[in-house]
Amino acid sequence: MILSEPWRLLVFVAGIIAFIALNAAYLVWLERKVAGHIQRRIGPKEVGPFGLLQPLADGIKLMSKQLLVPKGVDPLLFKVAPLLVLVPAVMSFVTIPFSEKLVARNIDIGLLMIFAFASVNVMGLLLGGWGSNNKYAVISAARAVSQNVAYEIPMLITVVTMIMLTHTMNLNEIVIQQAGGVWNWHIFANPLMPIAFLIFFICSLAETNRAPFDLGEAESELIAGFHTEYSGMGFGVFFMGEYANIIIGCGLATILFLGGWQCPFGILPGWWWFLAKVYFLIFCVMWIRWTYPRTTLWGLLNLSWKILIPFSLLILLLTGAMIKVWPLITGAS
Amino acid sequence: MNDLARSQNQETFVLNLGPQHPATHGVLRVKLTMDGEYVVHAEPVLGYVHRMHEKMGENRTWAQFMPNTARLDYLGALSYNHGYVKVVEQAMGIEVPERAEYLRVITVELNRIASHLLWYGAFVLDLGGFTPLLYAFDDREHVLDLLESVTGSRLTFCYFRFGGLYNDVDDNFVGGARAFIKRLRRRLPDYHNLVTKNIILIKRLKDVGVLSAEMCRKYGATGPVLRGSGVDYDVRRNEPYSVYPELDFEVPVYGEGDSMARYMVRMDEIEQCMRIVEQALDKLPEGPVVAEKVPKILKPPPGDYYSAVEAARGTFGIRIVSDGTNTPYRMKLRSPTFSNLSLFGEASRGMLLPDALALMGSLDLVIPEIDR
Amino acid sequence: MLDELKNEFASLVPVPLIETDYRFKGYHLDVEVGPDQVVAAAELLDRRGFFLEAITGVDWLGKAPLSNQPEVEAGEAGEGGGAGKAEAATAPPTDKMEVVYDYNRTVGELCRVAVRCRLDRANPELPTVSRLIPGANWHERETHDFFGIIFSGHPDLSPLLLPEDADFHPLRKDFKA
Repeated sequence: MILSEPWRLLVFVAGIIAFIALNAAYLVWLERKVAGHIQRRIGPKEVGPFGLLQPLADGIKLMSKQLLVPKGVDPLLFKVAPLLVLVPAVMSFVTIPFSEKLVARNIDIGLLMIFAFASVNVMGLLLGGWGSNNKYAVISAARAVSQNVAYEIPMLITVVTMIMLTHTMNLNEIVIQQAGGVWNWHIFANPLMPIAFLIFFICSLAETNRAPFDLGEAESELIAGFHTEYSGMGFGVFFMGEYANIIIGCGLATILFLGGWQCPFGILPGWWWFLAKVYFLIFCVMWIRWTYPRTTLWGLLNLSWKILIPFSLLILLLTGAMIKVWPLITGAS
Repeated sequence: MNDLARSQNQETFVLNLGPQHPATHGVLRVKLTMDGEYVVHAEPVLGYVHRMHEKMGENRTWAQFMPNTARLDYLGALSYNHGYVKVVEQAMGIEVPERAEYLRVITVELNRIASHLLWYGAFVLDLGGFTPLLYAFDDREHVLDLLESVTGSRLTFCYFRFGGLYNDVDDNFVGGARAFIKRLRRRLPDYHNLVTKNIILIKRLKDVGVLSAEMCRKYGATGPVLRGSGVDYDVRRNEPYSVYPELDFEVPVYGEGDSMARYMVRMDEIEQCMRIVEQALDKLPEGPVVAEKVPKILKPPPGDYYSAVEAARGTFGIRIVSDGTNTPYRMKLRSPTFSNLSLFGEASRGMLLPDALALMGSLDLVIPEIDR
Repeated sequence: MLDELKNEFASLVPVPLIETDYRFKGYHLDVEVGPDQVVAAAELLDRRGFFLEAITGVDWLGKAPLSNQPEVEAGEAGEGGGAGKAEAATAPPTDKMEVVYDYNRTVGELCRVAVRCRLDRANPELPTVSRLIPGANWHERETHDFFGIIFSGHPDLSPLLLPEDADFHPLRKDFKA
């Protein structure tokens, strides 16, 4: 590399922030376009060609709005909360390999670090909801916390299964293991993995508060949930955080299961493939959002505790058995 | 499910739902006493769009009150038109030409389809599904275009006149109505595939907000709410008026009494409405659309008169008291959702907030009609 | 069915109840009861599976209340109306306030019953039926809003449709905005 270490990291972090900001803006645009076409409309089209300048207009609008701090809120928590959602998301990007070389910090415990930061995210929602001094926001914060706690468990169990397979928490290495074609992707590593992928994907939907698990901001029940009281960029930062988390969720799913930046045909550079896979998953997330109604909190928790956790435990157990017992059998025969 | 007696001793808080809230579809306010996410006590607060239509009725002539009837339930305005002209015609003994009666039925049923479609979209929106709303609006737009071509308005219709209609329809309308029904027949399966069979929706609605038939009776609930509780009652059939006796239609009844049953009743009603419109179009006779001998100045004989029609949301009853002059002495508008909503307080007790909102959505509220 | 109902009412009300022409009036039975019999009438109808469709009032300021007493049946094509009532009410017609309960039923033969109760306009008070029929609660509140008729025993007569501090009753004929 040409740049020396601290400078390289700085450039990457700046790049990540730009990437997140750009993505948050254009994923909103994409979301509106996808929603539009699913609903037989055309979505934004007035500002710029295909409405491409719409996010710019939205951004200017959000930034020019007053950052209102209502009476009775806890001003510190109220202001800190959006950052608590966004900053961990930015930090998580540090270890995500966009391609073999394109990674800010290739550390050995990258996977662990991402999950550590992902858990901070829920603090942001909780403090935002609590600090708003609004009953809807408090209910929403309570929901978001119980939801995140419930879904982190099956998600982590799935990840543990994954680590058992890969023997590493280094994301880049995990991707390297999946080289050589579609069938080498971890999702096809054994018959249990597609189920594990499904569990992981559902959990990441729930973790990022996306429909059908968007109980935190259930607009027909809780107005806008934890960000009811936020205006202008306060709301904008929450929004950016949400989209950043979606990218991380889909990015992780890609890295762990879908071969990361590995290209099946050997054409185009790796980061292109990584982004293509991520955006495909994000499209699926949007697709789900605009198709399904919202579950209830009870249904959501039941799904986690009664279905996802037992299944993920079963997969963990079977995978363990496969790793330890299978060689014995084959070795014996 | 939860022990209410216990929870009443616990700490509760008041959640002020509305008057501006996405789920109340207008300006209804509900004061909810909550224990966590459980509703301990719900008290609807009305009157935010109260306009005192009944007093307006006493200050204008019988004919001048016509437009007011469309401003009660603006989603099914023609039923209210119908109720009003019916009671005055009944008092005056005006015979309505057959063609006019058929056209009344056709337009009222088209309006009912539009109303149910909008409810369908808004209800699923309450449950967090956004897309069906726009599908429903797409179809509703066709109905409104049709109705606009004959009535001149898209929402607050003022189409009926004492003894007939404002104007006759043309072939475009008849052809358009047939085409619309053909289109909706094709689309309804999509609706069911997208929403009715959705596991999340079923889980949200099944066994949620169960209203017993006895409870509906005690609160005077009518319409799809009553029919979703297993009571086979429809004014169009039990108290035949207009040309409904000559048309073959079924009254969908579901006995479960939960939100799903009310959902299914309305979805099936859309199909029955299409049947009614089709038959009425087939049978549509030629002839005048206004009775010949309708006096210019109406003076119904003194006395009080009551009449009810089946509006999209239930029984719309209207009681007029005439003192023999050209202005009503008293006009009582009995709106269905007023009674339907009155049971919400009791029915929502002990429910989770999202379930209570699902129940509220399934009652199909139109606030201007409640507040009048 | 109608006859059975009439018999039951006969034990309750002093004045003859009237079978009205449904096609003309829109209801089958017109019962006039005193304020003390409102609840009994509600109970009777409730027992028979009727539901309360609406409660409303009529303010007869300076007028003799219109009635369905025999004249209407005799002359339904013609005048009908108030002349006959004056005889029943006797003497100087004091101003009256009327409360009308519309009952209907969903099962069995169609039968709409209008139960009316005449009150002294100066002191319009009658017992509530909301204990028996919870749906009457709002209807009574609304009637109190509009007419100032007091339903004694009602759990909460605060304004329902009018503003919460309203102290006027707009449907009274002497109300001036």
